[in-house]
Amino acid sequence: MAAVTSRSQQFTRPLAIVAVIVVTLVFLSPIYWIASTAFKPRNQATSVPPTVVFTPEVTPFIKLFTKRVQLKEKVDPAVYEAAPWWEKAVYDGGERVLKVGDEPQLSQYPNRFWNSLIISVVSTVLAVSMGTITAYGFSRFRMKGEADLLFFILSTRMLPPVVVAIPMFLMYRSFELTDTHIGLIILYTAFNLSFSVWLMKGFIDEIPKEYEEAALVDGYTRMQAFFKIVLPEAATGIAATAVFCFITAWNEYAFALIMTNRRAQTAPPFIPSQIGSGLPEWTVIAAGTVLFLLPVAIFTFLLRNHLLRGVTFGAIRK
Amino acid sequence: MAVLATLEPTSRAAARGWSDLTIRNLFILPTIAFLIIFNIFPLLYSLGFSFTEYRVSMNKPAEFVGFRNYAELLADPGIWANFTTTAQYVIVSVGGQMIVGFGLALLLNRPFPFKGLVTTLLMLPMMLSPAVVGLFWKLLYDPSWGPINYALGIGKFEWLTSRTNALFAVAITDIWMWSPFVMLLSLAGLSAIPKHLYEAAAIDRASAWYTFRRITLPLVAPLLLIALIFRTMEAFKAFDLPFIMSTASVETVAISLYQMAFQGWDTGRASALAYIVLIVVLCITNIYVKYLNKVKER
Repeated sequence: MAAVTSRSQQFTRPLAIVAVIVVTLVFLSPIYWIASTAFKPRNQATSVPPTVVFTPEVTPFIKLFTKRVQLKEKVDPAVYEAAPWWEKAVYDGGERVLKVGDEPQLSQYPNRFWNSLIISVVSTVLAVSMGTITAYGFSRFRMKGEADLLFFILSTRMLPPVVVAIPMFLMYRSFELTDTHIGLIILYTAFNLSFSVWLMKGFIDEIPKEYEEAALVDGYTRMQAFFKIVLPEAATGIAATAVFCFITAWNEYAFALIMTNRRAQTAPPFIPSQIGSGLPEWTVIAAGTVLFLLPVAIFTFLLRNHLLRGVTFGAIRK
Repeated sequence: MAVLATLEPTSRAAARGWSDLTIRNLFILPTIAFLIIFNIFPLLYSLGFSFTEYRVSMNKPAEFVGFRNYAELLADPGIWANFTTTAQYVIVSVGGQMIVGFGLALLLNRPFPFKGLVTTLLMLPMMLSPAVVGLFWKLLYDPSWGPINYALGIGKFEWLTSRTNALFAVAITDIWMWSPFVMLLSLAGLSAIPKHLYEAAAIDRASAWYTFRRITLPLVAPLLLIALIFRTMEAFKAFDLPFIMSTASVETVAISLYQMAFQGWDTGRASALAYIVLIVVLCITNIYVKYLNKVKER
């Protein structure tokens, strides 16, 4: 009977492999398209028919980071020759980099990227550290109404951001927390905390209680056992949870759109807002998108074995 | 009343350092307090506003109007239209994700070279920021020079301007993003099916369709159901994708809520609508957690 299954599998194999290749290419083509647009010359980004073969250039990335104005007349050849390569690239596109003295002026992008980074990192550290100790509490001790408390914790994660944002906006306004880093950090910590508790509980449940019990018998206090036995054992879980929380905060749009507009604005509301004014420069927008998506793509590979657990709040392990 | 899991409260080990009860409370209560302060308290605050006529933009104190906001909302055909749009979006988008995702899982559930790499690559869309995904799909959908129209050879087809087209266009993007989620859960289900069941079916000369219907589907069903409930809840809340791609054409409940609260500044009415949405979401969450716990116990 083993022969039956293997024969039928052999029969479908070449066809299935072709299907896998086609499906993978179709699925990745949108990502390929945005990534390739980031390296296209400006006139080839929106050409008809779409440009597939082109000479890649990094000009969009230079434009992404600098403030520029349209050139009114042709550049003085002497000035052009004296300019560094990245400035020449901007001249070639009919624009000039704005400068203060000799320093090029930076666009808003690096600032928005930095805001995203700092807000995501701080909220992740807070959510994961609180989540880990709470998960330990739920994993090791019994409590009356434990299931209800855990449901309550998870339900806070399910609330639509716009629903939470209405009262939070009013409160932030009276505490002057709108458009501040700390304001978004609090919101993202709250949003990730429930996820972190559920995911970490799954990881800590898997660490045998006997490890701590042995340590307690050896004269450790419960706190020592937690820090010296449980935390090292849970390191992988903590790392996976942290990466998930980071990605969630990094990607979040609705809260950032509502609560920030300048000082603390993160990249997700900023990147689409560039379309608003005039003719959108798709190559520059694509460059900003690629830099923004890159960390998430790398993290997805690091997380690959924990994805299932992550998307089901730790309920389903492999 | 606490019952300790591992140690007798009177034992020597428990007496060292802080008591287990202290540690438990120290570990759990801050999180609960944090969530109450930053989630529950604001919601109670907006529950209050939902019974008032109040505009943040004006310097007038909130005026109590009882259930008027709720009554007006439920009688407003515009709001019902938003709910209808949302329901249509949920059906198209989640239905598509279930079919594409499960199909992908059936395809990938066999040995082939670079399986790990391919599976991870397919998972990439669901990890990306919906706002940014919506933005670059707008580029793909562009009627005059977008690659989608060119590849399909359909001229200057307007994907995002008419209501029906836009609903499908946004749903297609959502399907692209979230089919991998259904695929991931389905793969977990498929790989857990014991091989001997298929061997037994082969001995009995069961047809491929019969094997699929009687073995594969029932055994993956619990995980498919989890995917279905979770995606339904998320699609019901849909904001980022439709907002970026086509605010005017695909006005989901979340978008009309945003506009009411942060563009019309009709705080009282928006709070009432928020509560209606909240109740729906909590009901789905409740069902979701029930099934999650069921699968967990197996």
